[in-house]
Amino acid sequence: MSSWQIIQQSLPLFEKGFVLTLWLSFLGIIGSIIVGLICSLLKYFRVPVLSQIAAVYVEISRNTPLLVQLFFLYYAFPVFGFKLNAELCGIIGLIFLGGSYMAEGFNGGFDGVAKTQVETGKAIGLSRIQLARYVVFPQGFTLSVPALAANIIFLIKETSIFTVIAIPELTNTALDLIGMYYRSNEYLLVLVIGYAIILIPLSIILTLLEKRVRYGAFGN
Amino acid sequence: MAHSGINVLFEGRNLIRLFGGLWTTVEIAAVALVLGLILGVILGVLRTFPNRLLRLVLRLYLEFFRIVPTVVLLFLFYYILPKQLGVNMPANQVATLVFALWTAAEMSDIVRGALISVPKHQRESGMAIGLNRLQLYRYVLIPQAVSLELPATINLVTRVIKTTSLLMLISVMDVINVGQQVVEANNQKYPTGVFWVYGIIFVMYFAIDYPLSWWAKRMDKKRLERANG
Amino acid sequence: MAKQVIKVEHLEKYYQKDHILHDINFSIDQGEVVALLGPSGSGKSTLIRCLNGLEPYQNGTVTFNGDQVVPTEKNWQKLRQKIGMVFQSYDLFPNLTVLDNILLGPVKVQKQSRETAKAAAEKLLDQVGLREYENVYPRQLSGGQKQRIAIVRALALNPELMLFDEVTASLDPEMVRGVLNIISKLAQDSDMTMIVVTHEMNFAQQIADRVLFLEDGKILEQTKGDQFFKQPQTDRAKEFLESMDF
Repeated sequence: MSSWQIIQQSLPLFEKGFVLTLWLSFLGIIGSIIVGLICSLLKYFRVPVLSQIAAVYVEISRNTPLLVQLFFLYYAFPVFGFKLNAELCGIIGLIFLGGSYMAEGFNGGFDGVAKTQVETGKAIGLSRIQLARYVVFPQGFTLSVPALAANIIFLIKETSIFTVIAIPELTNTALDLIGMYYRSNEYLLVLVIGYAIILIPLSIILTLLEKRVRYGAFGN
Repeated sequence: MAHSGINVLFEGRNLIRLFGGLWTTVEIAAVALVLGLILGVILGVLRTFPNRLLRLVLRLYLEFFRIVPTVVLLFLFYYILPKQLGVNMPANQVATLVFALWTAAEMSDIVRGALISVPKHQRESGMAIGLNRLQLYRYVLIPQAVSLELPATINLVTRVIKTTSLLMLISVMDVINVGQQVVEANNQKYPTGVFWVYGIIFVMYFAIDYPLSWWAKRMDKKRLERANG
Repeated sequence: MAKQVIKVEHLEKYYQKDHILHDINFSIDQGEVVALLGPSGSGKSTLIRCLNGLEPYQNGTVTFNGDQVVPTEKNWQKLRQKIGMVFQSYDLFPNLTVLDNILLGPVKVQKQSRETAKAAAEKLLDQVGLREYENVYPRQLSGGQKQRIAIVRALALNPELMLFDEVTASLDPEMVRGVLNIISKLAQDSDMTMIVVTHEMNFAQQIADRVLFLEDGKILEQTKGDQFFKQPQTDRAKEFLESMDF
């Protein structure tokens, strides 16, 4: 069979993998943003106990690999009776990882708001919550957009690691096909193109978004 | 008994084997980092040169490594090097090469970013006292860029270390691969051993990465404080 | 006798091991304009920032309208509505229009109705000649315009005391006069109590009822405005005036 036929025949499988990669990424990113925002707000408002718990979570999550986190969820937890299917493990693992990255992104934005802006806010009598709502958050979110965008790309790429727990996403599809038919060139090509189709337009869109948001808030 | 599973670590040479696997992991990360950081600095400097073609090529190099997930990069090199290029390398070396090239790509962007954020008048003042391009980079731009880029570089190091967890995918006998073998060999005797084996691997990664990222964070914080007066 | 607005007694400020302010004592009456002068690093800005709680102090007391301030963040937050402050960096909020910058305090902090606050804000904008800019974003303004808006933003809270911290220091020379004129007018027309930190000696001479001269965190002299510029009491102040080409 020619390379082209090989590729054509594999496309329906790749399409399934592609959709699954997108879907898992989407859920993982949304979950990560929610978890990250919660952690960041706990830190910003210095909520006792909860902010410390969030800080410990962030450090553990940020400083260990997703693959090990997934192994833990998928292989180690079932011995204690928490058996989850692979997809759910994948999403939970991705959110566990992404939550801390997003939290750091938001933190960086809030910390990046100029000290003089905070002082001026105080000088007109704003309370801590008002200061957050009218000054720090609007500017901080804007400042955190580039980090959040980088995290989004990063998390999509991390879904390729789901292959280790046999979730049939893009990478897993390719590796399975290679295992069955030994046509690594063709399948790897489709695989790379698959990621390129997702990531190239997305990174262009995110860059434009960064510029727009920045202009909206700071005018440059 | 569930909680006696921890003894799996002390059974036979299990713990020594795990640390042996960790050593392989660290070795690959270390060699890849040294090569990648050096190459990355060179590429980063080149990316600030006016030559457009050179900049375009290096930019494409960066974007390729940015867009393709590391897992896929590993397999690309693992399959394509021997088949298309006739290069037969052991998996360890393939992995080292991939990580080095990936590190270089990311590093080149960090270095370029730091270099172009050195204020323009610094560059001009350097030229005004008659420095040539090499001297300008050597005495003015690179020293100032280093302090700007150090936290990002350390964060890159932690990322590379975390990414070494993928080594098992191309059958390198890294700490996770060894861990899997230990789990399988002891599954009968220690049904909860899997928790402890992956637990200790988790701790090993954390123990290496946490101090590094703590250091990077502290530097960033100090810089922020300085910037805010 | 005029009402005393603010009184500072035995104020001491340390930053880590550095002793920034030494035993600061003074008081200011209603309607008085005090210029805080001194060389760079003498502690002028730190002192003025202590007066609305942006810098903590380690000893001594600040009394505002006869009540000693218990220096908690909560108390300062309330007092800041009565103590307006304008900074060197103007710092309009870039995410809000000019009008929203001005209304933020009156509407959100003082809970005035938006209509009332808007009417008052527009009156103030008229006075500084910037009414037509109320719906633009700060990025569209020049430095001098931004600083005028920052003054309006502080005045919109109806403060009883205004603090000006080197408000012309980052402006282009041709913008300085416009801003200073507004402050002078405020001093003459509205009987506002003010503390002004500045390096503009002509301006200080023109508006100051009294001068506090600071060096190394100590008040070296407190002299009536007209007298300070003609006959300072200390040699240090004399040297300072000479160095400022005055």
